Amino acid sequence: MQEPGQAYAEFVKGLWKENPVFVAVLGMCPTLAVTNSAVNALAMSAATFFVLVGSSFLISLLRNVIPRQVRISSYIIVIATFVTVADFTLEALAPDVHRELGAFIALIVVNCIILGRQEAFASKNRLLPSLADAAGMGLGFGLALFALGSLREILGNGSFFGISLFGPHFEPWVIMILPPGGFLMLGALLLVFGVVKQKRLEASRERERKAA
Amino acid sequence: MSAGPASTEPAAPPSWRLVVTLAAAGLLSGLAIVSAYELTLPRITANKAERLRQAVFEVLPGAKELTPLLWDGQHLAPAGKEEPAVYEAADSTGAFVGYAVPGEGAGFQDNIKLIYGYKPGEKKIVGMQVLESRETPGLGDRILKDKHFLGQFRDLSVEPSIMLVKGKGENRASNEVDAITGATISSTAVVKILNTTNATWFNRLLEPGDASGEGGS
Repeated sequence: MQEPGQAYAEFVKGLWKENPVFVAVLGMCPTLAVTNSAVNALAMSAATFFVLVGSSFLISLLRNVIPRQVRISSYIIVIATFVTVADFTLEALAPDVHRELGAFIALIVVNCIILGRQEAFASKNRLLPSLADAAGMGLGFGLALFALGSLREILGNGSFFGISLFGPHFEPWVIMILPPGGFLMLGALLLVFGVVKQKRLEASRERERKAA
Repeated sequence: MSAGPASTEPAAPPSWRLVVTLAAAGLLSGLAIVSAYELTLPRITANKAERLRQAVFEVLPGAKELTPLLWDGQHLAPAGKEEPAVYEAADSTGAFVGYAVPGEGAGFQDNIKLIYGYKPGEKKIVGMQVLESRETPGLGDRILKDKHFLGQFRDLSVEPSIMLVKGKGENRASNEVDAITGATISSTAVVKILNTTNATWFNRLLEPGDASGEGGS
């Protein structure tokens, strides 16, 4: 039927219109805590993406098997399993990144984006749309984290992916890679998002008025 | 009578089904976690061992062979399967180079684990590396990477004790370490760990053959 078209729509909405960080303002703990460099932001995004898509896949497949009364416990078991697997894999393959991210990998279990998508979407939809929804949300989360991580690293450390950008005379704006910098940068990005949305809304109203 | 169970069944499944669902989920989850653990364990252990070896070679220039040692109360003895306390390092010809001594102590946020190379003949530290730390990114964590700071531990006298100074540059004495600007707490922590660890090991680590009671030559 319209499956491919619907799946595409479910995928795209997570990137911009319903972006989990900039629009829904969910998952703030990792968003603020591990975005002090581009690499950390990417690793966190990849781990979250893996857990989100994996959980949505299983929950969507099992949506008719899991009784409603125990659904939240079942979701948490599924999510925690994927998180533990991601934790071990990261420790084996990228020990340096794993050391930097520390406890925040384990805390993906309580990332409300993941549980939220299971409850709101994967448990009620077929496999393909659920996967598209999870991939879109995961990617949207990743985009937000990467934007924050890159900007904070460039301003606060004068480097991008560890490569120095401005030479030795650059005085880094250290507060940007400290916790307050996370709040400042997130606030600034939310402001940009808000302004763009407002402009678009006004433009579309203008068009409607002219058409009428 | 037959309509009753049929209409309530979808709303309230029997409790055994709930129990079975959760038990099955737990079982499968356990299996998945155990397999992931077993699959990644060799790689993780190898990574940790490799990191320690790298650090030892970094803090003891010229080292090629490592012997893990324990302190049994009077002597240094080879550590079997137990966690070694120090490592004795030899170069490629088997000649003694020095000891690599791990140390641990409180940092700014969490314990700092480090390892340093020590030459008992000269009573000098010849290198230092931080193995684990949770210091503030961009400030305290410069104790891991700052070249000037780490360079000061390549030729550092431990007598009478290591002192932390500020902004002395090249004029500092052989037992003084310049603190990193903006990372005074972390620099202090490193020096404190070195002094405490050294106090424990100073009289225990001697040149081999110096009545250290160690087998071999």
